[in-house]
Amino acid sequence: MGLLDKQFNNSNVIITSMDNLLNWARLSSMWPMQFGLACCAIEMMATGASHYDLDRFGIFFRASPRQTDVMIVAGTVTLKMATRIKKLYDQMAEPRYVLSMGSCANCGGPYWEHGYHVLKGVDRVIPVDVYVPGCPPRPEALLEGIMKLQEKIRSESLVKKTA
Amino acid sequence: MTPQEISDKLKQKFPDAILEIKIEGVVDPYIKISPSNLKDIALYLRDDPDFQFDFLMCLSGMDYTKGTLGVVYNIFSMKKKHKVNLKVDVPKDKAEVPSIASVWPAANWHEREAYDLIGVKFLDHPDMRRILMPDDWDGHPLQKDYKVPEYYQGMKVPY
Repeated sequence: MGLLDKQFNNSNVIITSMDNLLNWARLSSMWPMQFGLACCAIEMMATGASHYDLDRFGIFFRASPRQTDVMIVAGTVTLKMATRIKKLYDQMAEPRYVLSMGSCANCGGPYWEHGYHVLKGVDRVIPVDVYVPGCPPRPEALLEGIMKLQEKIRSESLVKKTA
Repeated sequence: MTPQEISDKLKQKFPDAILEIKIEGVVDPYIKISPSNLKDIALYLRDDPDFQFDFLMCLSGMDYTKGTLGVVYNIFSMKKKHKVNLKVDVPKDKAEVPSIASVWPAANWHEREAYDLIGVKFLDHPDMRRILMPDDWDGHPLQKDYKVPEYYQGMKVPY
């Protein structure tokens, strides 16, 4: 079933389901939190800049967790930072999504064995919706991850919450 | 001045404080001094018109194992274009070295790092706190016999 289930030509009426409308609104305005942790953040900034242009997805970085829907964990999560990330995640309003960007946030990356100060995967403190592999991932990879997240939101339903 | 001239002049002024002078057979010549005279020597090196060591290039904490920790100071003179390395050794169970942050302010954060990661305490430091690890962290991670904790604040640390 498409978003515009039935369209009437001679009036301003569109008929759709509530699920479709909400999902469309959410996936078209995913506002990520404006913070970066390491070199992945540089790629994230490049993705946001004019060449890759996150704005065309309706994605604008917001500086407050109260105004954000998505947390892009871009970089190495140290144990010191992990406590802060947990706090920021708790401050976000629902529905909220987490995109883990790069090997460090996914599983500890190069610090997996000797990194006494690194959390081995941000999913140990907050639930993650999409993992983007890479060290760091190119902007195309991040865009792919963002579109995967959009796909996930598109399949959500008020009846059965899937994320 | 050459390392030999520097150490000779230093030896004249502080005959008891110089423990070892190593110039031949090492990449970087160094002078090992006793911790109790460190601050006097540092001030002398900085203020003497022949030395004028006005620049602390680096300060590193060391773990030599077998119960010995140490600090290495790499100092340089911008005016005279000469340099020297100072070393201080301390026992691990009483790892205390006088701070030289009042002589070269660059030492402030370096000493905090050496304290944080190696565990050398710097006496009379203006702000002797950890600089990198969380304040409630146990132990000093770059000591050779350091064991990674199983949990930190409920988060599992090993992979």
